[in-house]
Amino acid sequence: MARVLVGCKRVIDYAVKIRVKPDKTGVVKQNVKHSLNPFDEIAVEEAVRMKEKKIATEIVALSCGPSQCQETLRTALAMGADKAIHVEIPDKDYEHVTSLHVSKILAKAAKEINADVVIVGKQSIDDDSAQTAQMVAALLDWPQATFISKAEKVDNVLKITREIDGGLENITAKLPAVISADLRLNEPRYATLPNIMKAKKKPMEKKTPKDFEVDLSSRFDVISVVDPPSREAGVKVESVDDLVSKLKDAGVV
Amino acid sequence: MHYKNQFYYDNQQKFVMDILYRLSFCMNIFRGKAVTEQVFPFPAVDVLDEERKETLDALVDPVSKFFEEVNDAAKNDELEKIEDHTLEGLKELGAFGLQVPVDFGGIGLSNTQYARLVEIVGSHDLGVGIALGAHQSIGFKGITLFGNEEQKAKYLPKLAAGQEFAAYSLTEPASGSDANSIRTKAELSADGKHYVLNGSKIWISNGGIADIFTVFAKTPVKDSKTGDTKDKITAFIVERGFGGVSSGPPEKKMGIKCSNTAEVYFEDTKVPVENVLGGVGEGFKVAMMILNNGRFGMAAALSGTMKSCIAKAVDHAQNRKQFAKNIHEYGAIQEKIAEMVMRHYATESMAYMVAANMDKGAKEFQIEAAISKVYGSEAAWFCCDTAMQILGGMSYMKDTGLERVMRDLRIFRIFEGTNDILRLFVALTGIQYAGGHLRDVLAALKSPVSNPGLLVGKAVEKAKRSMGVVSPISVVGAHSELAAEADKLGTCIAMFGGSVEDLWQIVLLMTDLYSPSGRVGAVHLYFLIICSKQYEHGLFNFAERVSCFCFLDEQFLLWRIAEAAMDIYSMSAVISRCSAALTSGLPSSEHEKVICQTYVEKATQRVKDNLGELTSTPHQAIFKNMSLISKQTVANAGVIAQHPLGGSL
Ligand SMILES: Cc1cc2nc3c(=O)[nH]c(=O)nc-3n(C[C@H](O)[C@H](O)[C@H](O)COP(=O)(O)OP(=O)(O)OC[C@H]3O[C@@H](n4cnc5c(N)ncnc54)[C@H](O)[C@@H]3O)c2cc1C
Repeated sequence: MARVLVGCKRVIDYAVKIRVKPDKTGVVKQNVKHSLNPFDEIAVEEAVRMKEKKIATEIVALSCGPSQCQETLRTALAMGADKAIHVEIPDKDYEHVTSLHVSKILAKAAKEINADVVIVGKQSIDDDSAQTAQMVAALLDWPQATFISKAEKVDNVLKITREIDGGLENITAKLPAVISADLRLNEPRYATLPNIMKAKKKPMEKKTPKDFEVDLSSRFDVISVVDPPSREAGVKVESVDDLVSKLKDAGVV
Repeated sequence: MHYKNQFYYDNQQKFVMDILYRLSFCMNIFRGKAVTEQVFPFPAVDVLDEERKETLDALVDPVSKFFEEVNDAAKNDELEKIEDHTLEGLKELGAFGLQVPVDFGGIGLSNTQYARLVEIVGSHDLGVGIALGAHQSIGFKGITLFGNEEQKAKYLPKLAAGQEFAAYSLTEPASGSDANSIRTKAELSADGKHYVLNGSKIWISNGGIADIFTVFAKTPVKDSKTGDTKDKITAFIVERGFGGVSSGPPEKKMGIKCSNTAEVYFEDTKVPVENVLGGVGEGFKVAMMILNNGRFGMAAALSGTMKSCIAKAVDHAQNRKQFAKNIHEYGAIQEKIAEMVMRHYATESMAYMVAANMDKGAKEFQIEAAISKVYGSEAAWFCCDTAMQILGGMSYMKDTGLERVMRDLRIFRIFEGTNDILRLFVALTGIQYAGGHLRDVLAALKSPVSNPGLLVGKAVEKAKRSMGVVSPISVVGAHSELAAEADKLGTCIAMFGGSVEDLWQIVLLMTDLYSPSGRVGAVHLYFLIICSKQYEHGLFNFAERVSCFCFLDEQFLLWRIAEAAMDIYSMSAVISRCSAALTSGLPSSEHEKVICQTYVEKATQRVKDNLGELTSTPHQAIFKNMSLISKQTVANAGVIAQHPLGGSL
């Protein structure tokens, strides 16, 4: 196996308290801390480990979005990716970008760089769509292994373990393949300061969706974005009878 | 910046410092002048170019994450060592060579970038902070500052990678603050190839684990003019592997327990002559410059500590209910929180101001750096102590994490120059500088006929001062919304300059009154030295300066001068930073304005009080009495007063 393509999405940092914009068109992103999507971080880590085990020779990280995505890509480079591709989509257009758009770009890029494996996080922590890996696989007509917790390469086949309800599922996928990383696949390393400094010198290619012939026109409109309803305070009940009568009052039993 | 490299060597290759001094804000307040190049506009605002800013942005996260997720301060404290996996992690992280040039395997950070990262360290674990600081802020800083290319290439890469640890070895059993009195000796071998080092050092951070030591020892140096041989301090790079180097067991300490502290002994250690650092006989300068260059880092780390103390205090104040109210609603708690916030603001402003000035090429920042260390270590102690008070009994429990911080913090007022000695340093360095400039006035005072006009003018000024009237000087550069604060600063500087001048006149008066008695003879001599060759002695005759003024028993006065200098500098840093916030319209600028106004008001009051005490009659009696109480108690080896229950009890 030679080349791994890793998807790296820039998302609002997990520790940030999300605020909805007053005009309900989305959430506040300006002056808010962003970082590499945690599941994508796991994907990068997996690629780096593949390289350390000498089953990969080159790691290319790709991110779609505004110019700040380059910071996100630098994180991936500091972790061990060799090259980065930034597909620049201005803020205004990025609002409408969906998993399908990104999947098309990833699929095209995978072809272009001759990737043998595409690794992405199982979902991004902002939109929670969990469909990019599947779409990329479909577009490429490659095997897919999603939500994986373990991957080993034997000959030209990946032996995969997936966590499913009630147990583990073992499958194999022929290369080339698309895989998506679940939480327990690995524990991503810290980008060390020397590697961050080295990452500044690694190549970063700048592209646009046009270069991949991907049309970004929107297929749906966002009508409104609202906060989840806040939970109302509960009441403490003294006894089972009390509980039953309260439930009856509420019309649920 | 225009003030880069504004120093020069005269035709005898002597360092001319007058021009340097001119640019130091703190030096000049001793002359009653507001020289604000290094203060306005707030130098930290533009000190990082885009690239350095981006780099720093990328570094802050992983360092924070490391300290949040990997490093366990409580565990390090309990084990009295840094956990193995943490130490390995720190090495990988690159934390041991933050400022080592990239070419030598380090991260190549500027002072400002370094300050930002050690702030994170300080907010989590001061013990680790000292382990790292003893290594790079003082342990091998001498090599980066004074080392030649061979020395740098030989030592820096392994040190930067944390493969080898470094230690700064100055203190000895009989030599603490008075560093000139060290006894460790280094004598040149007969073949002239190496020095033979003998002596012992105590309380050396990393002393038990270091591979590379910056050692200060006395070497006989021949004066080229007189031909006399005198012992002078020389700095050496000493490898543990040179032989004859041993160290004691780790000291049991109050705090910063995970940082190793040990005695280090040198017994006939052969040090190659190539390992002299910074020139034979130049060791005192090397020792002081290393500390001088590292002090901003301590202030930055401590501002991080203060921030985390404040966060704990505020969290508790917001949630703890007593007498039916959350305790933050009570004035006594509010005053505490506000005071913590103001002192944090001042510390942080000074730390980044000093760092930025250093990055912009300032060469003269010794008073500013000393103030940032003294102020920062006391402000941090105050914050931790106050946070403990706000948390009440909870703060006394180990799990809260504040008692460890308090234990860790205490040493910061003691090492790298005790705060007391640094106060004397601040006062004396500035006073000496002012003395040079007051030459004409002082000469006129000594022989009034020579320039009566000058004296009359001075006498009028002095009379006005004693009535509390000063002509304020204008401080240019503050934001228009802080004009009142800038005026107060100007008034403080004018008062301060006047007080320093008065102090010089006291010195002079005494020389005239008592001359030629031995005691005052020394002062007179000192005065003449300063007036005739004002800067030849330069920065580093501090010990001499101390002993001269000790003669005078003037420390009661010097202390107050230093206090006022610290308030004036902190005030200026606060006004400058707040001006920058207002100018760029930061969302926090209105809040900062309130902090600034309140801080300046309080600091101005303190300056007035401290300067007033210099000459007020009651205070002269207080000083005399306090000296007496101390002397009598010392003579009695303890308190003298009869027990309230009677003599035999
Ligand atoms: C944990 C720890 C780590 C240390 N790490 C290092 C290290 O890495 N390298 C190193 O070289 N040293 C180190 N030291 C030593 C430290 O720098 C000294 O303790 C410090 O310089 C003070 O010296 P001293 O303890 O001898 O106190 P002294 O100098 O004896 O002072 C005692 C008191 O007298 C006051 N005093 C002294 N002279 C005067 C004067 N003329 N006028 C008025 N007051 C005066 C002082 O301010 C102080 O309050 C460390 C110490 C500790 C405790």
